[in-house]
Amino acid sequence: MNLNMLDLNLSAVIPHLALLGLGLILLFLSPLLSKKGKEIIPHLSWIGLFLILALVIKNFSSNRTAFMNMLMVDRFSNFFNLVFIISSILVILASISYLKREDVLKGEYFVLIIFATLGMMLMACGLDLIIIFLGLEIMSISLYILAGFKRDDIKSNESSMKYFLMGAFASGFFLYGIALIYGKIGSTNLVDIANVLFASTIQHNPILLVGVGFLLIGFGFKIGLVPFHMWVPDVYQGAPTPITAFISAGPKAAGFAALLRVFLYALQSVHLSWSSALWILAVVTMSLGNIIAISQSNIKRMLAYSSIAHAGYVFVALVAGGKEGLSSAMFYLMAYIFMNIGAFSIITALGTKGEDRAELSDYTGLSNKYPWLSVFMAVFMLALAGFPPTAGFFAKFYVFSAAVKQGYIWLVVIAVLNSFVSIYYYLRVVVVMFMHKPSGVTTPIVLPFALILAILFSIASILYLGLFPQNLLTLANLSIF
Amino acid sequence: MNNLILSLITFLPLVGCLFILLIDRSKATLIKTSAFFFSLVNFILSLYLYFNFDSSTSAPQFVINKAWIPNLGISYYLGIDGISLFLVLLTTFLSCIAILSSWSAIGEKIKGYMITMLVLETGMIGVFVSLDLFLFYVFWEGMLIPMYFLIGIWGGPRKIYATIKFVLFTMLGSVLMLVAILVLYFMHYRYSGFYSFNLFDIYQLPIPGGAQMWLFLAFALAFAIKVPMFPFHTWLPDAHVEAPTAGSVILAGVLLKMGTYGFLRFCLPLFPDTFIQLTPLFSILALIGIIYGALVAMMQKDVKSLVAYSSVSHLGFVMLGIFTLNMQGVEGGILQMINHGVSTGALFLLVGMIYERRHTRLIEDFGGLLKVIPIFSGIFMVITLSSIGLPGTNGFIGEFTILLGAFKSNVTYAAIATSGIVLAAAYMLWMYQRVVFGKVTKPENEKLKDLNWRERIILIPLLLVVFWIGIYPKPIFTKMEKSVQDLIHNSRMKTQSGRHFVVQEEVTTRELIGK
Repeated sequence: MNLNMLDLNLSAVIPHLALLGLGLILLFLSPLLSKKGKEIIPHLSWIGLFLILALVIKNFSSNRTAFMNMLMVDRFSNFFNLVFIISSILVILASISYLKREDVLKGEYFVLIIFATLGMMLMACGLDLIIIFLGLEIMSISLYILAGFKRDDIKSNESSMKYFLMGAFASGFFLYGIALIYGKIGSTNLVDIANVLFASTIQHNPILLVGVGFLLIGFGFKIGLVPFHMWVPDVYQGAPTPITAFISAGPKAAGFAALLRVFLYALQSVHLSWSSALWILAVVTMSLGNIIAISQSNIKRMLAYSSIAHAGYVFVALVAGGKEGLSSAMFYLMAYIFMNIGAFSIITALGTKGEDRAELSDYTGLSNKYPWLSVFMAVFMLALAGFPPTAGFFAKFYVFSAAVKQGYIWLVVIAVLNSFVSIYYYLRVVVVMFMHKPSGVTTPIVLPFALILAILFSIASILYLGLFPQNLLTLANLSIF
Repeated sequence: MNNLILSLITFLPLVGCLFILLIDRSKATLIKTSAFFFSLVNFILSLYLYFNFDSSTSAPQFVINKAWIPNLGISYYLGIDGISLFLVLLTTFLSCIAILSSWSAIGEKIKGYMITMLVLETGMIGVFVSLDLFLFYVFWEGMLIPMYFLIGIWGGPRKIYATIKFVLFTMLGSVLMLVAILVLYFMHYRYSGFYSFNLFDIYQLPIPGGAQMWLFLAFALAFAIKVPMFPFHTWLPDAHVEAPTAGSVILAGVLLKMGTYGFLRFCLPLFPDTFIQLTPLFSILALIGIIYGALVAMMQKDVKSLVAYSSVSHLGFVMLGIFTLNMQGVEGGILQMINHGVSTGALFLLVGMIYERRHTRLIEDFGGLLKVIPIFSGIFMVITLSSIGLPGTNGFIGEFTILLGAFKSNVTYAAIATSGIVLAAAYMLWMYQRVVFGKVTKPENEKLKDLNWRERIILIPLLLVVFWIGIYPKPIFTKMEKSVQDLIHNSRMKTQSGRHFVVQEEVTTRELIGK
């Protein structure tokens, strides 16, 4: 085979290459810098990401395949690229002071975030199960290391280990699913799979269905679906707080991006036979996440269960399917990164060296001393709970409307009742901050500029997307495949 | 001006919030003055609505209709008719008074308090002026947050329990209403081929019987909890007792009316068949509310919870009136919403004033106040009588009109409801007697100071409204008449049987009074 015949089409993947380049440059640069000099790396990385963001926006409407139909750089993947890069920038901004405080400011940290972002971008544009797997692994392996980045901290180690073991299992399932599907269809390319399934009558073939089930299990682990959620609380609690924010935002969106493309595009014809199983998964995920979150006293852990519940809400959109299902899931994930990263940024700000101070009792009477910080935290909580006029409300509303449109009224009733239950635990944080008398000594909180920037940007986005969702809505509607 | 005025009234309090944010928190007086200023200006602006209201039409007035989220057919659509006009006025009026009443009652975090009050005002007005279902829902739910903070931060000893209970109760109804709104939205899409949350578009939608029942129940649950109707009333006493005085005033005066307003604006015109079908159920629940609320109020030791339970009873009257579905019942119901806002608001203010002096609200801690603080006792007397419904006060007109309507539709209901008035006289007068008459038994009560000028200024407007409505309610009936008439008429016409139904011209309440 002549190399010239290969249609690599590198120009389509310039943002990906640029991101790879950025990561590599920083990786080689970091050992050359002194400890003081390393402080420039986070700034280089967010500036670099920012430029890549501009690049993605500039080529937003391109619709090109690369590497012989293995990658599909379209609006859909670019929409998710926005989600990933924005969340990475926010996490980097929130990380700087944390790393200084814990004395672990190392170049690798940012390089790993960049590589993880690259993995996510590959997942979003993968038009081949192998590419999706590749992206999944690049992302996951970076995250395993990041979760254990505080090497001296036993919780961080536990988090990393659990994440790795569970993730490795998930990858195994995923690969096996790919193998089974390949065995039945003869291709791992999503276009081929879609065509074969459309034309033939093997939709109910048991091997194929088991393969699809295994894929679902693999994705289920990554996005924290019940019953594959066991790792979520421990990993969230043990990982460094900014990394928790990172894990809860980008990778979840990446998992959904690939899941949406696989299930609503390639496996569209099998979708119906799976819809009752997906229905049950959505219900179980929402309900279990919300109910267990009620009894949590640690905010990081509570948000872990809440993130499971939110995965359930997005799953409602997946069950609904169709144009609205797709664009509402995209809107939801975009809105969700701001709420979650914002909340975790504030948790980061409140920690002290070696301690997260993320117990609910640590927040007692916070509003007396830090009214603004408490108000922001309250906004994040209200957004997560889905109160108008925040983005959280509109995102939920849009997902639910997609499901009602497809006739899943009972599913929506269960979803709104879930969101009703969730109000209790989100508001409890607000109760503790505003309605309890301050107790004990409070160590003064240092609020560095970068962290404030991340929080303010999240707040502004939540309010903007809540009050004027029109623009993002149009973008999401344009970006469906 | 006419299409901007409603936006201005709705969002001026928010502008006030931004202004207060800029003031340093140590300057308490400036914060209070500016909050009062903004709410006063807002009240004056809302008077513009009253004087420029065209009572010859039931179409929405002062309308603004701009696309908000056009992809989904959501619009920024504000407008008022003869029903919401008075609720907007009531809101701006009571907000003004509530802010003034917090002058000395709120010691800590005054800045946050005033901001919360103003945000609350925006939310409440928004609920009454929205004519787009999505917009309505945004205000309906968004308004919970400031109320939640108001009770939770500035409330009494059991404030956290009370505020969480309040939010959870209200939300349970609201989330199901959201599903119903979405179902309606897509039904409308299938029927007419375009997406719209516009209330008047959705009014046109014929809804089959079975679906109508479910949708009605989802809406009705949200509103019944808010009213609150028996058996969903249990959050109310807790919220009232724990809320700060201004919070109670707003809660009783405005928030509860959102429920009754919802029945009129949404349940009746959207689901008229089910509305008529379930009239017995809701009338009986309303009657239970009237009697039960009164009986429980009678046994209260705390004046504030007595007033809270009396609200359950009074709102039962409103609901009874609405469900008679005739001119007198509905008009009386609307008038009684205003009356209850004024009288019960005033009662809560009076209780708050005496609480500020004595730090107790137990009936047994008082007695003989007439000799010590005569002005307080005098005003208290008038308000008590208006709450009972003595002729010449507002309460009489409201309850009398409702009973007229009830007699027309069902004599048994009316007879039972009348006994509620007797019970009201019993619990109010008994409480008044124990608090005000008799000898001064407690030494602490001997040195009580009478009302100061600020407190008198707060109460005088309320007294004026009490007598205005009590003596000359005609302008109010005139303004709401056409809207109510068309609401009842159109809803009846929309029912399955309505097409064969010969609607006889009903005598309006104004004409009744005129005779």
